Amino acid sequence: MSLPMLKRIGLLLGLMMSSVVVSAESGADLYKTYCWQCHGMQADGMGVNIPDMSVQPRDHTDTKAMTARSDEELFKAIKNGGQAIEKSVLMPPWGEVMSDEEIQSLVRYLRELCKCG
Amino acid sequence: MMKWFKSIAIVASFAAFSATVVADAGDKILESDCVECHDLEGAGPTSLAELWALKGPNLSYAGNKYKQVWLEQWLAAPTRIRPAGMFYGNHIKPGPEQDVVDEDSLIKHSALSADEAKVVAAALMQRKAKSGLIKPGAYKPGKISVSMGEMVFVKFRGCSGCHQIEPGYGGVSGPEVYTAGNRLQEDYIISFLQDPQAWSPLNFMSKRAMKDSDLQKFVHYFHALSQEAFE
Repeated sequence: MSLPMLKRIGLLLGLMMSSVVVSAESGADLYKTYCWQCHGMQADGMGVNIPDMSVQPRDHTDTKAMTARSDEELFKAIKNGGQAIEKSVLMPPWGEVMSDEEIQSLVRYLRELCKCG
Repeated sequence: MMKWFKSIAIVASFAAFSATVVADAGDKILESDCVECHDLEGAGPTSLAELWALKGPNLSYAGNKYKQVWLEQWLAAPTRIRPAGMFYGNHIKPGPEQDVVDEDSLIKHSALSADEAKVVAAALMQRKAKSGLIKPGAYKPGKISVSMGEMVFVKFRGCSGCHQIEPGYGGVSGPEVYTAGNRLQEDYIISFLQDPQAWSPLNFMSKRAMKDSDLQKFVHYFHALSQEAFE
């Protein structure tokens, strides 16, 4: 193999590795980590934490209810918490934990879940 | 007088020596028996996949986090602190009404003998990673009633969504808080509440801005809860 060829492969590998390091987590993985606990493994608002909650978490598979929310509202609720859109304090703000890019990928994932994208 | 100083110095150096011997014995146990499930030196996960793979708490900063008396007692008679395990997502399953904890998937922590618990607790107290996050004296002792604490913790902040405030009441994805007053150092609680992810990267507890007076109330509340006689 020629030296320029090796260099090109090295460069390509380097680029691939750096993109792995900077890439944000996928919407599905973020949902599993941060949202399952209340919204449930099936995204139906029936998470493991809900038995003693005063308000039931949003059912993300509810096409009608989710269609009524804009992407901006969903982004705002995730980033700043339920109170930012006059909803429950039980929905915490995630803006200090996830980047804007990650929250956007979560919003896109929510649209897949509700089949209302 | 000189003789006095000498005796004091001898006693002090003997005490320091025996403390080191005890901690060394504990380190041996930590490195042989505990390292499989606990990170003893690392800074924490760097990806969600690594977060999901955690089996136990990071012990590299145990000396900044736990109270030694509690550690000693707990290691000899461990109980479950996180009802749904370290990463709840690995230990839940769909139930008839809502997701439920899959009890069969949870691992029991093994119990140590009283002697082992003593040396391991001493060794853990020497592990003080992330000390820069602790502000000594951040917590100012005070009191609050359980009902006032609940106003802040449950009503205003919604924390019981993820944490049990008494056995069987509250969320299960986070650790129980009714034992936190006995378990955790107060300055650590303040620091952790200010920035959970600085201690535990990618942690699924939200980070929110809180006034110092609220932070203090949280710790007062945990103390008040730890005085309650829960069965």
